[in-house]
Amino acid sequence: MLKFALKRLLLAIPTLWAVLTIVFVLIRIVPGDPTIVILGDQASEQARADLREKLGLAKSIFSQYIDFMWQIAHGDLGRSLATNRPIMSDVLSVLPYTLELTLASLIVGTVIGVPLGVLAAEKRDGFADWFARVFSLAGLSFPAFVSGILLLIVFSLKLRWFPVISSANLVDPIERLRALVLPALNLGLLMVAYVTRVTRSGMLKALGEDYIRTARSKGLPSRIVVWRHAFRNALVPVVTVVGLYLGVLIGNAVLTEIVFNRPGIGKLIVTALNQRDYTLLQGLMVVTAFAVVLANILTDLTYGLVDPRVKTE
Amino acid sequence: MNAPLIVDGVTTSIRLDGQRHDVVRDISFQVAARETLALVGESGCGKSMTALSIMGLLPAGIASVSAGKIIVDGIDMVAADETVRESVRGNRIGMIFQEPMTSLNPVLPIGFQVGEALMQHQGLSRSAARAKALDLLEHVRIPSAARRLDDYPHQFSGGMRQRVMIALALACGPKVLIADEPTTALDVTIQRQVLALLADLQAREGLAVLLITHNLGVVASVADRVMVMYGGDVVESADVKDFFARPTHPYSVALLAAMPRIDATEGPQPIPGQVPSLDAMPSGCRFQSRCHLRQDVCSTLPPLKPVAGNPGHQVRCWMRGDT
Repeated sequence: MLKFALKRLLLAIPTLWAVLTIVFVLIRIVPGDPTIVILGDQASEQARADLREKLGLAKSIFSQYIDFMWQIAHGDLGRSLATNRPIMSDVLSVLPYTLELTLASLIVGTVIGVPLGVLAAEKRDGFADWFARVFSLAGLSFPAFVSGILLLIVFSLKLRWFPVISSANLVDPIERLRALVLPALNLGLLMVAYVTRVTRSGMLKALGEDYIRTARSKGLPSRIVVWRHAFRNALVPVVTVVGLYLGVLIGNAVLTEIVFNRPGIGKLIVTALNQRDYTLLQGLMVVTAFAVVLANILTDLTYGLVDPRVKTE
Repeated sequence: MNAPLIVDGVTTSIRLDGQRHDVVRDISFQVAARETLALVGESGCGKSMTALSIMGLLPAGIASVSAGKIIVDGIDMVAADETVRESVRGNRIGMIFQEPMTSLNPVLPIGFQVGEALMQHQGLSRSAARAKALDLLEHVRIPSAARRLDDYPHQFSGGMRQRVMIALALACGPKVLIADEPTTALDVTIQRQVLALLADLQAREGLAVLLITHNLGVVASVADRVMVMYGGDVVESADVKDFFARPTHPYSVALLAAMPRIDATEGPQPIPGQVPSLDAMPSGCRFQSRCHLRQDVCSTLPPLKPVAGNPGHQVRCWMRGDT
């Protein structure tokens, strides 16, 4: 297992290198000159040249690339063009909010989605199956900003159970948790849709396998047959979807953070876009890429735990 | 003492598009302790349906036993509710399946899968079940079993997996064993080893074995009695010696002629046509569409009649058997 984990970590290095290179290139092929963005189009040629020098844009593209990689290797994402603050500290100050949102919605998605999918497969074509299918179709069809607004209208405005503005009070841990409920539900319920579907189809496949007949021929009650024998086998595609969905969650967090007015990476991305803050944008892309690669490593390691065939191959 | 397995007048039906089709019709037999009854026939003749009916493992909502009694070690599996059936399965009756490659759960260790029935039926702890599983694996001659307890099915060969399946089926010391094509998926040398192992365990534990196969060579070497099925009907039933000495039903004769023999002057003769589909089954004798002896009377179902005054040898044919 340790060898498998080490191998997987080593494989992440070329992936990260490729991702960082793509980020570097993308930022530089975006049309528009950053010096004009910063200084305005009335700026003198001399001032722009000075700024270019200061930003390191006067160097050859290759030495810019080396600088970029060198900085990232040292955990330095540069300074924001708009505020001149170090990007790393800006990112670190909002990262916990995005992490708690992502984690909470991951829990909502799995805790509701998995049992619902298992139940739907077990009672195929029954009421539970019908309910799960309609529910997940609705989940798939709802854009995050629509469901978010609906949640706000019902639970915050009408029922007044949860605060409308999630960032109103972030110091008190109870209040912070209360503020997390609706955004996490909003993101999580979309995930339920995917997880339910994948769990259902994985379970249907597993329940039709020969080893299920073997398990039943031992006289095991159906609860054990379903959870111990079928579910363990259906888990591999579920883990895949949950892992992939981590990436989607980070993307969807943008919309949810805006609707619920929460601080976070998504909110920061929008700010950077609006201000054409290229360096901040570049830093955020690097952080997001790291997060997705990390999520994938975790997914692969989980495979090793779930399916014994993964380790030996 | 009653036989460990008694099947009495069992009919099993499946429901297709709202229509009922009998896939096993009025089948009766008993298997005594230490006895091996071979159930023979080509694919789709109802052999496996008979086995699943006995185990109570028919696919729910599609197939069910619609008449008759199945008594396993004194318990009526048809009348019993699901909890009682669960307490019988894997405990008083075990089953081995055709595909050793897919019949074991790929994500659970072998030792656990073998010991699982012991935890379920005898309330053994995990470690006690593990110790017993080791005994069982040594019993079925898995080499260095102690080291292999925590291995997974993909680390075993086909023959070894079938040994594991046997250990699993016999874990709780059942009285009855159903072996559904236990050697079909194995190569010939391994087949012999597995059959020898089964015969050995049967003699030691006094098992009643219901062997399902289409391989008449296997029947000749291990069975005491033979029952030939066609289209869900028993068409011939005899002691193994009588059967090979005097195969009587036209289908039995055709089956034997279809088997390659080392001492034959001619090659094997295939049976023309195939088993009719469920909605095209002829009324009366179901073999009539492929039978060269067919007469008008064949459109009513013949009864099982003795052959040559021998009540232990019965045939279901208007043209054959004692009148």
